[in-house]
Amino acid sequence: MNPLIVLPLILPFATATLALALNKNLERQYKASLLGGTLHCAACLLLLANVYRDGMTVIQVGKWPSPFGITLAADHLSAILVAITGILGLAVIVYSRVEIKPFLRRGGYDPLLHILLGGVCGAFLTGDLFNLYVWFEVMLMASFGLIVLGREKIQFDGGVKYVMINLFSTLLFIMGIGLLYGMTGTLNLAALHGAVQSVPNPSVLMAVAGIFITAFGIKAGIFPLFFWLPVSYHTPPAAVSGILAGLLTKVGVYALIRLFTLVFITDMAWTHDILLVLSIATMITGVLGAAAFQEVRRILSFHIISQVGYMVMGLALFTPLALTGTVFYLMHHMIVKANLFLISGAIRRAGGSFDLEKLGGLYKNKGQLAVLFFIPAFSLAGFPPLSGFWAKMILIRAALENAAYGTAAAAVGGGLLTVYSMTKIWGEAFWKPAPGSGRNKSPDHPLDPWMMAPIAVLAGMSLIIGLAPGLFISLSERAAFELTHPEIYICAVLGALP
Amino acid sequence: METILAVGCGVIVAASIYLMLSGNLIRFIFGLVLATNAVNLLIFVAGRLSEIRPPIIPENALAPVKPLANAVPQALILTAIVIGFALLSYVFILFYKTYAVLGTVDAETMRVSEHKENFSGRKSEAQSDPHPVREGDGP
Repeated sequence: MNPLIVLPLILPFATATLALALNKNLERQYKASLLGGTLHCAACLLLLANVYRDGMTVIQVGKWPSPFGITLAADHLSAILVAITGILGLAVIVYSRVEIKPFLRRGGYDPLLHILLGGVCGAFLTGDLFNLYVWFEVMLMASFGLIVLGREKIQFDGGVKYVMINLFSTLLFIMGIGLLYGMTGTLNLAALHGAVQSVPNPSVLMAVAGIFITAFGIKAGIFPLFFWLPVSYHTPPAAVSGILAGLLTKVGVYALIRLFTLVFITDMAWTHDILLVLSIATMITGVLGAAAFQEVRRILSFHIISQVGYMVMGLALFTPLALTGTVFYLMHHMIVKANLFLISGAIRRAGGSFDLEKLGGLYKNKGQLAVLFFIPAFSLAGFPPLSGFWAKMILIRAALENAAYGTAAAAVGGGLLTVYSMTKIWGEAFWKPAPGSGRNKSPDHPLDPWMMAPIAVLAGMSLIIGLAPGLFISLSERAAFELTHPEIYICAVLGALP
Repeated sequence: METILAVGCGVIVAASIYLMLSGNLIRFIFGLVLATNAVNLLIFVAGRLSEIRPPIIPENALAPVKPLANAVPQALILTAIVIGFALLSYVFILFYKTYAVLGTVDAETMRVSEHKENFSGRKSEAQSDPHPVREGDGP
């Protein structure tokens, strides 16, 4: 029993309430939001440190014993993701000080952001399938609010598509929950592990697994289900895009990992083969989609899809090495991707546009921004020794060890095409002379330290993960060990093996 | 009884999918309402239908008399109804505002965020036709 595990949930909701109460005084509201974000980040890191030291932490909410009440469980995977959520939350709060304008704050930006953080942490920590659904809804409601916050035409258009498809996916999710409950009589994830093995009709179970793949596949943005993502992520302010890109699809990936390592492992030749095929298609379509666009954030949106493919690929291969790769990839990707979206906001500020055709000359005018873009962009593409290199290397090695040569080739090809997109942004926005009249007229806005500080910190984290990957690989290995030995999770939650 | 309800679920889901795919935001909302209710019904049926006692402990007793009806599906449905209602009211407001801003409820004409040329908030009316007809095209 460790009360530390509830802090990442309580703090964001307390902050959101406080921020809502202070809505009349924007300066105070921001201070409350910053304070809450800092505490939340500290609590999340503390939880990770605690899990790293003592192993899995579990709390039975309201002292109801496990299969009956709601369980919160933090194994290494959950704790890692919660810690990164805390870091990204704080980074975005700092970044949004100047990026989010007062009328957006009056519209409820700070409370929504904290509710989103709370919802995401809840989804990572819960040990109950129905409770996961509730956290998904909390998170979605907050993101629905954030995505249309500026009330622009383009935001309503993107927001409607985002809302429609995501609502449909939650309907599928709860449909799967109902069917699974009907077959097994429990919704506790640990108890489900045993219960699905004695289901009288395993083929129906596989159909339910298919429903879950579809539902979480929509959330994660895997191959035939990703269309909502590139039409909506480029519409809100950059701070909102950053937090959505860093967190939301990864909750879908997390849910896939959790269910397909703990519950649906009875017929892996079926479920995990489907996931493998989907992951290859996801990797390739994502990068090809990115190649077609000229807007920075749309390029980055398509790269989210491609990157999700890599994570699902590790899950589908299902060896300890592959899962280590998946967890490492999650860590690296969340930081890098959120950072790239934040940088796109800085590019917009410095160059006046998100459109590559209208950008240029930033290398000359904004040298420090160029350096800060270079690190996450080429980390995303997998240049050694940046963080993405290790992530891709582990996964490709796992594929080769599994004799999945086609998969490995797709992963390498995806990486190469990522380099193409990143050099496109680099060449167009940074190296090309600024277009338009006047000789490289200096952009209007100087870069604000409130925006540059979180970008620099996140870029520094990518560098640290790249240059000293030992700690992060050992974290991922522990997470992968727990994922391949579900009895650890079950013992921690239920107290004993059933 | 289970069979009838199961078939009913299927019919409602089919109708809701039809409505959702018809490309009109108003119809989409009705499809959503139907689908939510179909899912609630599904959870209800999945929890087994039985005409036995409600799970209430009688007076002066310490445990309820078995066999009991399963109360969990009802609790799940109740939660799902509340969440579904909140989402529904949000969707109503969102679609209404969208109609006010975009002036249409036809999904086919809602392409503002998908235009390649229109992403930086600029109006795209002045843009040239993305697929110009070249001379010599055609049969």
